[in-house]
Amino acid sequence: MTEMIKTDLKREFKKAEEYFQKTGMRVLICSGTGCVANGAFDIYEKFLKLGADVQFKKENKKITSVKTGCHGFCEQGVFVSIPDLDLTYVKVKAENVEEIIEKTLKNGEIIEEFLYEDPKTKHKFKNTSEIDFYKSQIKLILNNCGKIDPESIEEYIYSRGYEALDYTLKNYKPEEVCEEMVKSGLRGRGGGGFPTGRKWQFVRANDSDKKYVICNADEGDPGAFMDCGIMEGDPHRLLEGMLIAAYAVGSDEGYIYVRAEYPLAVRRLKIAIKQAEEKGFLGENIFGSGFSFRIKIKEGAGAFVCGEETALIASIEGERGMPMPKPPFPAQSGLFGKPTLINNVETFANVPTVILTGADTYKKYGTETSAGTKTFALTGEVNNTGLIEVPLGSTLREIVFEIGGGLRNNKKFKAVQIGGPSGGCLTEEHLDMPLDYESLTKVGAMVGSGGLVAMNEDTCIVEVARFFLQFTQNESCGKCIPCREGTKQMLNILEKIVSGEAALQDLQLLEELAEVVRFGSLCGLGKTAPNPIASTLKYFREEYLAHIVGKRCPAGVCEALKVIKIDSKRCIGCSKCAKTCPVDAIEGEIRKPFLINQEKCIKCGACAPACPVDAISKR
Amino acid sequence: MVAEAKKNIEKVFEQQRKFRKVNEIVEKYKYEKSNLIAILQEVQEEYRYLPEEIMTYIATIMEISPASVYGVATFYSQFSLDPKGKYEIKVCDGTACHVRGSMPVYNAIKKKLGLTGSKFTTEDLQFSVETVRCVGACALAPVVLINEKVYSKVTAEAVTIIIDQLLERSGEGEKN
Repeated sequence: MTEMIKTDLKREFKKAEEYFQKTGMRVLICSGTGCVANGAFDIYEKFLKLGADVQFKKENKKITSVKTGCHGFCEQGVFVSIPDLDLTYVKVKAENVEEIIEKTLKNGEIIEEFLYEDPKTKHKFKNTSEIDFYKSQIKLILNNCGKIDPESIEEYIYSRGYEALDYTLKNYKPEEVCEEMVKSGLRGRGGGGFPTGRKWQFVRANDSDKKYVICNADEGDPGAFMDCGIMEGDPHRLLEGMLIAAYAVGSDEGYIYVRAEYPLAVRRLKIAIKQAEEKGFLGENIFGSGFSFRIKIKEGAGAFVCGEETALIASIEGERGMPMPKPPFPAQSGLFGKPTLINNVETFANVPTVILTGADTYKKYGTETSAGTKTFALTGEVNNTGLIEVPLGSTLREIVFEIGGGLRNNKKFKAVQIGGPSGGCLTEEHLDMPLDYESLTKVGAMVGSGGLVAMNEDTCIVEVARFFLQFTQNESCGKCIPCREGTKQMLNILEKIVSGEAALQDLQLLEELAEVVRFGSLCGLGKTAPNPIASTLKYFREEYLAHIVGKRCPAGVCEALKVIKIDSKRCIGCSKCAKTCPVDAIEGEIRKPFLINQEKCIKCGACAPACPVDAISKR
Repeated sequence: MVAEAKKNIEKVFEQQRKFRKVNEIVEKYKYEKSNLIAILQEVQEEYRYLPEEIMTYIATIMEISPASVYGVATFYSQFSLDPKGKYEIKVCDGTACHVRGSMPVYNAIKKKLGLTGSKFTTEDLQFSVETVRCVGACALAPVVLINEKVYSKVTAEAVTIIIDQLLERSGEGEKN
């Protein structure tokens, strides 16, 4: 008989509380991927070394340095916050540590230089929760990220961690958990938006001696890092969500399929699993309830298609990650032929919240059909980039202009690409549309996993479509012909367009091909591959036409279509450009506007930096 | 004659040494087919790529066909059948990095290292360069990884300076 670990959560909470009180004044150093790239580990080590014997205001309060998960506002990293003083410093560098220890930690003095400054009002903020970036966010899923040490189970327990599991095991029958999920209106956060509770009920309904729960952490969309943030910042939340799911569907074995490009997430998950096993939260007879569950980690090896359920299963089995036709659905016959529940990281991370707040309260966030919050990775040409969480149904305007702080360098907003290579573009006319599953599908985009890439007037939309298609073409597994050949031909046409060699009938062919690929492909990758083209064609047709008919790129991005011009009003006739031109294509008289001979010009652009008055444009 | 025999024995020993590590790895994963990806990952970490004879060897001891090992090795982009450099440069080409100019950075690296066409590893096996899918640091775009160290907001100029520094360092290493 296996040894039974009778874990009592109340006792564990008490222990965690004691542990917490002993830490004294906590200095939190953000250690998400972004801040680590900016030297967070060096800062942590330095605080650890230099802060060891420091006492706050001689109050006999010792200092504890803690590595936390991502704050979200990666642009401003490295974040160092001191909750006891209600204080957050941004853009901290290793060389600032001494000063912070001397002034702030020893004497409670606030160093203005490291406070966040609003770029518009120049107002400095002591606490970041009041700044534009955080003001309209509601953090149900990311609330621990940036506040607790992801490598400490005590800190998670102290933030009401594993309480939802405890409550579930004591108060709910498995089928009641499924019902609660249905009632909450939670939908899959991986892209499809399938109601989570219903999925659980399907798996539950399938009788089998063995069932699996898989967490899809193969976050492959270029420009998305939400799941990465959750796994790095609050890994126990994911484990807890999986545990509750396993109890609900009747499974005793789980896998987390995480992409190998996230080494930090893998490391923290491994630590979390080990800690949970030691405490008896994972293993046999959890909380003495008779329910047992174990979790293993499987690292992916770089294949976007493995985000597709059946391909992911094949990959866990050690095969090439190629999708299978559905049905049978994984809920009927999944991993090793057994009924399998697959949910995305963020979906599982929602589960403890649903249980703790109750389905009825949870439903109040978001809209009628899209309940809860959604995390987005806001990137591209906005001022504030980072990881955000907003209620579903928030508008694009709120996200781009309030949270994102508008576009960088005051450029004009052009579009937002949402949902990665399977998604579409949203333009100015969609700025006030609520972002929820239905509204987005209606306009040819999708919530997707949550990548939001903002683009300005300098972004060539055709080039972006080409970029996404090149991505899907590259990642097409090659199993079915419409996807393998269709994406290739579509890419060829797009390459012709951006190099100015396309004719009008190519556009028609492109649209026909898009229809065939969408209709005929086996899995989601192929079915959604034409989306970026369809949606950009819908909203930016004239830009395609400019490339095809006018042979010019309005954004001045496409190398082959660049037209280099001298603004005759600005030109002071200094002749510097003519001297740098390698092919003598610039002619003119001194002190009169110069001209570029377009027939001779090789579009190398060497003249532009030579101009002292910025009179040369490349579009 | 004796010298040649000695050389041959040396060769056999070397082969054995080479495979010992592979044996250890495969053993650790209990010869299970479902662990093939993890096995290949560890083997690649050891050799920096997947040599053909080792893939065949793995197939033999795991009692699966060499084709299925080769099939998995060629399917996933993480696996390389060619040797990689001592410094593995990965240029992120996720959407955010792409929009903020990862391609000029990639081209600058290739030019700096004198790599043309489909060549991605330098002759002296010091550097290899490739584009990778999103590494999840989009807010710091464009991002370049050199042996897991993340360089943020990289420009074409900055990356040539970084490479110069690495060249200098490995030059020093050789002297020592």
